[in-house]
Amino acid sequence: MYNNVRNRVSKNIDIHLLIYYVLLVIIGWLTIYSSEYVPNDTTPFMDHRYAKQLIYILVAIFSAIVVYMFDTRNYSYFAYFIYLFTLFVMILVIFVGDEISGAKAWIRIGSLSIQPTEFGKVGTALALAKFFNEGKTNAERKNMWLMAALFILIPIAITLLQKDTGSALVFFSFIILFYREGLATWILLFGATFLSVFVFTLKFNEVYSIAVLTAILLGFLIYQWKDKKKVVRNILVYACCIGCVFLVNFVYESVLQPHQRMRIDTLLDKVDDPRGADFNVNQSKIAIGSGGFFGKGYLNGTQTKLRYVPEQSTDFIFCNIGEEWGFVGSVFVCGLIIAMIIRILSLSEKQRNPFVRYYGYGIAGILFMHFFINIGMTIGLLPIIGIPLPFISYGGTSFLAFTIMLFIFLRMSDV
Amino acid sequence: MNNALLQKRYYFIVGGIVLVALIYMVRLFYLQVIDRSYRNMAEQTSVRRLVEQPARGFIYDRNDSLLVYNDAAYDLMVVPRDMREFDTNDLCRTLEIPKEELLKRIAKATAYSKVIPSIIDQQISKEDYGYLQEKLYRFPGFFVQNRTLRHYAYPVAAHILGYVGEVDERTLERDSYYRMGDYIGKSGIERSYEEELRGEKGIRVVLVDVSNRERGSYKNGEEDELPIQGQSLWSTIDLPLQQYGEKLMTNKRGSIVAIEPATGEILCIVSSPAYDPNLLVGKDLRKNFAQLLCDTVKVPLFNRALQAAYPPGSTFKLANGLIALQEKVVTPNTVWYCSGGYHMGSHTVGCHHAGPTNLVSAVQHSCNFYFCNALYHIIGNKKYKNVQEGYQVWREYLLSMGFGVTFNSDLPFDVKGIIPTSDYFDRIYRKSWNPNSVISMGIGQGEASVTPLQMANFLAIVANRGYYYKPHVVKAIGSKDNPNKRYSEKIYCKVDSKYFDPILEGMDMAVQAGTARGAKIDGVHIIGKTGTAQNPHGRDHSVFAAIAPKNDPKIVVFVLVENGGFGATVACPIASLITEFYLNREVKRKDLEERIISMSIK
Repeated sequence: MYNNVRNRVSKNIDIHLLIYYVLLVIIGWLTIYSSEYVPNDTTPFMDHRYAKQLIYILVAIFSAIVVYMFDTRNYSYFAYFIYLFTLFVMILVIFVGDEISGAKAWIRIGSLSIQPTEFGKVGTALALAKFFNEGKTNAERKNMWLMAALFILIPIAITLLQKDTGSALVFFSFIILFYREGLATWILLFGATFLSVFVFTLKFNEVYSIAVLTAILLGFLIYQWKDKKKVVRNILVYACCIGCVFLVNFVYESVLQPHQRMRIDTLLDKVDDPRGADFNVNQSKIAIGSGGFFGKGYLNGTQTKLRYVPEQSTDFIFCNIGEEWGFVGSVFVCGLIIAMIIRILSLSEKQRNPFVRYYGYGIAGILFMHFFINIGMTIGLLPIIGIPLPFISYGGTSFLAFTIMLFIFLRMSDV
Repeated sequence: MNNALLQKRYYFIVGGIVLVALIYMVRLFYLQVIDRSYRNMAEQTSVRRLVEQPARGFIYDRNDSLLVYNDAAYDLMVVPRDMREFDTNDLCRTLEIPKEELLKRIAKATAYSKVIPSIIDQQISKEDYGYLQEKLYRFPGFFVQNRTLRHYAYPVAAHILGYVGEVDERTLERDSYYRMGDYIGKSGIERSYEEELRGEKGIRVVLVDVSNRERGSYKNGEEDELPIQGQSLWSTIDLPLQQYGEKLMTNKRGSIVAIEPATGEILCIVSSPAYDPNLLVGKDLRKNFAQLLCDTVKVPLFNRALQAAYPPGSTFKLANGLIALQEKVVTPNTVWYCSGGYHMGSHTVGCHHAGPTNLVSAVQHSCNFYFCNALYHIIGNKKYKNVQEGYQVWREYLLSMGFGVTFNSDLPFDVKGIIPTSDYFDRIYRKSWNPNSVISMGIGQGEASVTPLQMANFLAIVANRGYYYKPHVVKAIGSKDNPNKRYSEKIYCKVDSKYFDPILEGMDMAVQAGTARGAKIDGVHIIGKTGTAQNPHGRDHSVFAAIAPKNDPKIVVFVLVENGGFGATVACPIASLITEFYLNREVKRKDLEERIISMSIK
């Protein structure tokens, strides 16, 4: 007990998470170094991304220590304030921000570009944790899920206005938290059904979709014709799906940007243009695929070194790992990230303070979404959506935000 | 919903995450381990195999003088993307091209590619390159790439050395060694020793980045192969003799062929008019070649020594004399009485001398009667059942002496000449002919025609008393100690060596006291035979055949000067001077030399 009071700061920090973090940071920096490596380079050291990333890492470690100094209660207390402040800056960016690769999501301070959305994710996680943690009256309970949805819909709307689709998708990751805290399964099934119908319709066409849906409905009607309630429900679901089918075209033509349409078409094999639209995905797959089982060796990648892969120190950094470290290295990195996420989830379950559990599920979801989209894109399973690989991709803001996000959790779970 | 149920959702969530991770790992396993096509695709996109051209082998003369070597030439290249503002006038002055031309070439290069280097100026000489190199830092985006060009050290022997040019499509299809734009020997030694001279191409495997620029070697160059320079050749040509021969042939048409009889090595082979071999090099090749080709007056590309077939003239009498001895229609002691001509009914082949004649004096005085009569007896010999059979026997002798056939040695494009078959005469005389029908061939006129090379080779047979080595122009390949063995086979003609004495004796007498007195050289025992090749198109061709020294022949010379008249007037002094120059390395008869050089025959 004595120890507990006098030396709270480093009593029980979760050593697993710390090791995963340190390993990911080291791998990340080495990979950034490799992606920029040129033999007999004469460029000054400080002009390189790996040099800048070194500074970001130092800044992040410093921030992590500062985060660790704060009292746990502060995060709960300031959660809404942080949330609103980050939202405010995100809105501000729409008007005064810089545009980088299509998204108006950056704010420039001197020579630094900062992406406030990265901090918005932390803010949202904190705010939702606080929201779920507050006692609810029965009336409030009725509207709880609508309110919760509002917490993520606002940042989604803002990021969509910034034309930053990737980040908007990340905010959907809080559904994992919602599910854990009691969101009805049928809502998830509904969402999943809509998503499947959407993809199916894009891949084939409306006629096929309606035919398949009708067949499924008829199947259900034949087997469950006695249960009138289920018949009504099935017909309702069917009607919604048909509505969704007709929405597909509208969303595809009017909501999605041309380059997004192209990326989806590419993924669904609707276009075959290896030098044009498919180029990035193809080169990404070639780089990873050519790594083989053990890889070409550190600094020996050809496809990445010769710049066939775009954005290889940021969004496509996994290509470098895949090419130089092969299947072994790829699996190791994936395993590390998944291990970190599961560790956060299992720690969350053990917490006596539910606030920490809510927060833990929130950030585990964010990390998972980043992993899911980023790796899925580089191995050609998902359309190209530009978001960074946590702790590994080059970039000051995202690295700092992920570090703070993780260390808040480490601090709060350290009791 | 109660807490216990919600806690179970933890496992669903973890399960879902693990499922996604597993799907990704299976996908990675498929991409990286199972599907090997990505490895090939990576190589195809980023690895490029560049061919490194080897330098061609050098060519030396028989005394190690360098005749042909490679000159460094430089191409000025530009990468349009790396270009910055520069002083165009300065560059134009350096390249000596107008500004519009430079801008046009840069625009063309930019249109082709912004990142692949394009040629701005080709084959800049060494001197200009030095000048340009100093200034190059002022022209960002420009760089110089070197290549090799053939250079001929002396403006002589163009026909023998030949030239190199871009490989044609038929060769490309036939020989996988060549790629579009490669150079190949087109004539002369460059052509016949192409495989030795061309060397082996090297390979440089480089990495190419996404903008098509080279980015260093692949696997640290372990798959690279350095090009191997072609082998050097030692020619049989004697450079000073060749130069001297070409000088003597100034303003004359015709050829000189000199052979070392003991080896078949060609010492000099002149075809006049000639051209400077350096005209057919580099960027001016096409233009100059067209110009040479269009010169229908001089026809400089035509190699008269190999490709022009002339009536052989009186020198052919030597061959007929030999055949007559071998066929035993005459002996050295046979004496025939020349009445100043060979009479066949209404027709007569005239002879400028008269009196009793044996073989030696017939050669000495070039007696037309004697050799017509000899041919009559050879073909009309009673041991053959008809004229056709007799004629074919005679023809076989000539073929064995190298007439009417090509040597297939290392001199490309030599022609056969004509020694007609009996079928030919059957056709034109409707099978009714007799030895007199072909009698003019006995004195080297009529239907037969031979090349100067064949005549010189025949002289080598005479000098060797019955055999020859195929005349050739390359002595050694690779190193001087590695003799060219392709032509080391002794080829015997059908006349036995014992029959050669009277012929050599007659040639000796011709120089001492006959038609060839002008060939005499102080201190050198030269023997020879004049000839006059009848020319239906104009003045007769002057012909001379010489062997020296008589007892140990070191050189045989055959000279033909078109429209030169009697053999004694032009061809004889040229052959004599060539012999003197080769054996003594100096010519004492300066006035004769001067007179021949300044002599101009149209």
